[in-house]
Order: sequence, then C-alpha cells, then structure tokens
Amino acid sequence: MTSTLSRSRQAPPAPRPTAPAPQRLTFRQRLNRWDVLLSPYLYVSPFFLLFALVGLFPLGYTLVVSLNDWNLLTGPGEWVGLGNFTAELADPLFWNSLFNTMSIFVISAVPQLVLGLVIAAVLDQNLRAKTFWRMSVLLPYVVTPVAVALIFSNMFGEKYGLVNNLLVGLGLDPVMWKTELWPSHFAIAAMVDWRWTGYNALILLAAMQAVPKDIHESAAIDGAGAVRRFFSITIPSIRPTLIFVVITMTIGSLQIFAEPKLFNATTATPGGPHREYQTTVLYLWDLAFQRQSFGKAAAVAWLLFLLIVIIGLVNFLLSQRIASGSSPRERRRGRRAPEGRDALTSAPTYAEIQQRGL
Amino acid sequence: MTASTLDRPAAPAGPSRRRGGQGVERRPGFLTYGLLLAFLIGGAYPLWWSFVVGSRGNTALTSTWPPLLPGGVFWQNVTEVVTTVPFWLALGNSVIVSVVITASVVLFSTLAGYAFAKLRFRGREGLMIFVIATLAVPTQLGIIPLFMVMKQFGWTGTLGAVIVPTLVTAFGVFFTRQYLVDTIPDELIEAARVDGASMIGTFWHVGLPAARPAMAVLGLFTFMTAWTDYLWPLLVVPQNPTLQVALSQLQSAKYVDYAVVLSGAVLATVPLLLLFVVAGRQLISGIMQGAVKG
Repeated sequence: MTSTLSRSRQAPPAPRPTAPAPQRLTFRQRLNRWDVLLSPYLYVSPFFLLFALVGLFPLGYTLVVSLNDWNLLTGPGEWVGLGNFTAELADPLFWNSLFNTMSIFVISAVPQLVLGLVIAAVLDQNLRAKTFWRMSVLLPYVVTPVAVALIFSNMFGEKYGLVNNLLVGLGLDPVMWKTELWPSHFAIAAMVDWRWTGYNALILLAAMQAVPKDIHESAAIDGAGAVRRFFSITIPSIRPTLIFVVITMTIGSLQIFAEPKLFNATTATPGGPHREYQTTVLYLWDLAFQRQSFGKAAAVAWLLFLLIVIIGLVNFLLSQRIASGSSPRERRRGRRAPEGRDALTSAPTYAEIQQRGL
Repeated sequence: MTASTLDRPAAPAGPSRRRGGQGVERRPGFLTYGLLLAFLIGGAYPLWWSFVVGSRGNTALTSTWPPLLPGGVFWQNVTEVVTTVPFWLALGNSVIVSVVITASVVLFSTLAGYAFAKLRFRGREGLMIFVIATLAVPTQLGIIPLFMVMKQFGWTGTLGAVIVPTLVTAFGVFFTRQYLVDTIPDELIEAARVDGASMIGTFWHVGLPAARPAMAVLGLFTFMTAWTDYLWPLLVVPQNPTLQVALSQLQSAKYVDYAVVLSGAVLATVPLLLLFVVAGRQLISGIMQGAVKG
C-alpha cells in the first residue's frame, strides 16, 4: 500500500494501465483493471435504471394506453388506434384547457417579467443588508403552491374576500373572481406571480451582476443616466437570461395544477363552474381520475409532451443562437474548456425547468 | 457555477463600486429602500393576513378594511386543523418522504455526476446528452401508467409510491456534473489513484469532499421540490397523506371554514419558513448560480 510500491505497478501518470502485459498481471492488477473499466458504469447506472423504470417505460406505456379505450376501473378496452387523439383534438374542452393555460401564462408572465426586472434592478445596487433584502423577495417562494392556492382562494373570495372588501370599500363593484373568465385568470396569475416573481428576480439579478461594471462606468461618464443605462446596457446584456426565464415560465405554466384545482372548492367540475380556469394538467387529471377515461387522458399527456418538446426545441435553438459567445460566462468558459461541448454547457436552462416542473 | 466562480467576476468590481465614479455605484437613497420595503410587505402580507384571519376567526373576513393585528383564537383554529385532517401523520409523512428523496438524490446524483465529470468511459458523451434530454420530460406525462404500475404492485397508499419515482433525478446528475467538471483538478484524482486508492476510494476521498457545496444546494432544492409536490401524492396516497395533500383536504368540505383553512396554511408553512431562516442564504446563492449557468 505504500506509494513506492504502487507507483512501480502503474504506468507513469495515467490512471489507466496503458500497456497491458497479460502474462504478468497479478490478481490485484486485474481487479484494478475491472475497477477502472466498470466503476463509471456502476456509478451512472442508478439514474438510468430508475429512468428506464419511471421515465421511459411510462412514456411507452402511455402511448399504448392512449391507443386503447382504457378505463380506470375496468382496465384495458378495445384498441382504438389514434381514436383518442382525434377525439381529443376535436374536443372543445381540450382546447378550452389549452386556451386557459396560455391565457394564464400571458397574464402572469408579462407583469412577472416587468416586476422581476424592477426588483432585480433595485437589488443590483450597493445596498446595505444585501442578504436581508434578497431573502425578503424570496419569502413567498417558501409558501407551497397548495398553501398559496388556499390563501389566495380566500383573498379572491367573491363574497367575503379581502380584495372585494377593499373594492367595495373604495366604492367599486365587487368582481366575480371565481366564476368569470378573465377575473379568474387574473387571480390565478396573481398566485403564480406572487410565488415566483422574487425567484426570477434573483436569477435576473445574477445576470445583471455579471455585466461588467466598466461598461456602466464609461456610459455614465458619457452622460447616460440610470434609466438610459438600464435599457441600453443592462437589458441587452442579460437578454439570454431573460429568454431563459421566459421559457421556464412557459414550461412552468404548462404544468399548473394546484392553483386552479384548489381555487374554488365548491364547484363540481374542477377549474370553475364552466371550466373557466381549467388548465391542461387539471383537465388531464379530471379526465383520468374523475371521468376515468385513461385512454383519452394518456392521449392528452402525449399531446402535452409534444407541446413541451416543441417549446424545448425552440428554447434550445434560441439559446444556441443568442448565447453564442456573448455572455461573460461563455468567455470565461472558453478560456479553460478545451472540450467546447456547447450542447452540454448551454442546456442548464432545463435545470430550471426541472426545478419548477414538479 | 459554484459560489466561488459566481463571486469571482464580481469581486474585482467591489472596490470600484465604493469609489462610485459618476454616480454608478453610490449608496442608494430612500426611494430604493422604500421600494424594497414595499416588495417585502407585498411578499409577506398574504401570509400575515392568513395569520390574522386564523387568529381572529371568520369575523375578520367581513370587515371592509382588513384588521392588521392578530387576535387570540389561533390555537383554537390550530386544534381544529389537527383534528379535521391527520396533520401530524401528514407532517411525519412529508418529513420521511422529503428526507429519503433528498438523501437518495444527493448520493446517486453525486456519484453519477462525478463519473460524468471526471471518469473516462466509452459512451460518456452520448449518455450525458441522454441525461440532458430527459430533463425536458415532464413528470406529469408519466403519471397515468405510473399510477397503474403502483396500483398493480399494491403500492398505492404507501410512502414508497411517493418516494421511488424521484430517487435520482436528471437535474441532480446534471447539476453535480457541471459543478465537479471544473472543481476537481484531474491531477488530484490521478494522485489518489497513483497512491493506490480504488475507484470508489477516490470518489470517497476526492470527489465527495469537493462536491460538498453542490450537494448542499442540490439537497436544499430537492427537499423543497419533494416537500411542495402535490399532484403525485394526491394520486397515490390520498388516505395516507403528505402535508400538501392533507392541507388541500381542509378545503374539500362543502362549507369552507376559512379561519381553519388559513390557520392550516400558516401552520404548514412553518417548517419551510424555519428552513428558510436557516438556509435562506444557500437557497439564494443556489438560485443565482443556476442563472449564471444558464
């Protein structure tokens, strides 16, 4: 076990025995060779095994289920081919759920982005108690979506809700937050924004801090004010991050479930008396576990998947084009990484997706 | 990607900030702190208001101008919460589920991330690209067949059904790989190997210590994700609920007693709030690192 002993056994610096001399290998050497050869596969195998079990298999099986007239209780029925897909694509309720999802996305994304940028810009100063303020904008993030839904469901109550009380107090008419289309979309967007704006602001803040300060300084010397610098320097510099944030918001809002489900507990149909705010995942849940039509729900799952893949591809292409060598990170990496595998380094946006996906 | 790489580009700017040429980085004024205070109030108010209603009862809901100070019936409503739904069981379940998932994700992800970052093996590139591709697969996609499988195995109702699907995540593998690739010098691993350490020994003595900061961040986010998950536990363990499922059940009655529901929401937020107080700093740097990576 001494170093002199093992050094004599090994080929000089490389960890792998490069010059095999089969005749003279001792048992330990052979063991070592297998160790080197197999260990990496052993280390990565848990992920692939589990993914095969809970990722790949369900993916394939969902396809099989979607091609059948499958019921939650009675099990597999007739083979209907693409029948479920065509039925869903012709079902106004499916399109309704997609419309609601998109509408809530737009209503939530725009204010969230604007406010997130404002918060990030405010935080990106020479503040006292920096960490305190950063933590304060992140506070809503620790309230779980279920709790957020319960709290906001009450605040947007139609009869005794906080918001309507205030509206009436100000001499305005109360709004039917839980039964009308736009108000309900607004209320759900408010839940999403309340929880996520601070989180996204911190992401934008990190991007802003990566903008070299000397650019700001020289612009200031040239007479550019803070607002001008914000629009002419900050925004263009953090554009890649902005796009990533938007993409993650898209993916995140495609998966909204708890908020619309718990928004109004008194209706029989999930997502509003006339499905005013039934999102696609809620629709999928309703289809599978309330109406017990597994086949159709599986078809919806696949359609949703295709949508997410398309968005993911757009994301990838956009990020490839936009992030090409412009960000400071890219430059930093370029200095040291001889591998130059951009596919690996530019994908972290998916990491965010995963964070929000669950 | 690491705390250190994140801070490094900012560090040289530090002194010049204070010098403040042409007002780029002077100390901000009252307007800034006023705005920050407004954000703080906006972020905290819904939670505070829930506590006010929970501690005053439903009468707080009927007044036009909301009361700002709490009342004295919070514990009554809390008692109501823990008797209406199996709160303590749910809390225990959530702790078990989140801790097991976190431990497993951190261990297996670090192992795999280390292999992808530092070991040479045939097919490494291809497998890594596969891992990245799977990041885009949403978990909701698989819930239907996964539910059928769990039912088939008779696992529904047990915590195993909640835990098993997320024992190791693509995000974790990717995250640790990105961290370790620049953190551990190859020479260090070679030195350990030359000194006669086995592969697993090298991982244990070189890889694991180096990965510790990434593991902490990954653990924190994994815990949060597991703790907040709602859809999947709702499907597989409605009778043996996690905290989120139990919380949602507070509202499922025909008549909704909002003082109780909001007390429950506050009560259920306490654990994460404690975590936030203890590890908020790490949470923030984790989020900001993610941005730098992206």
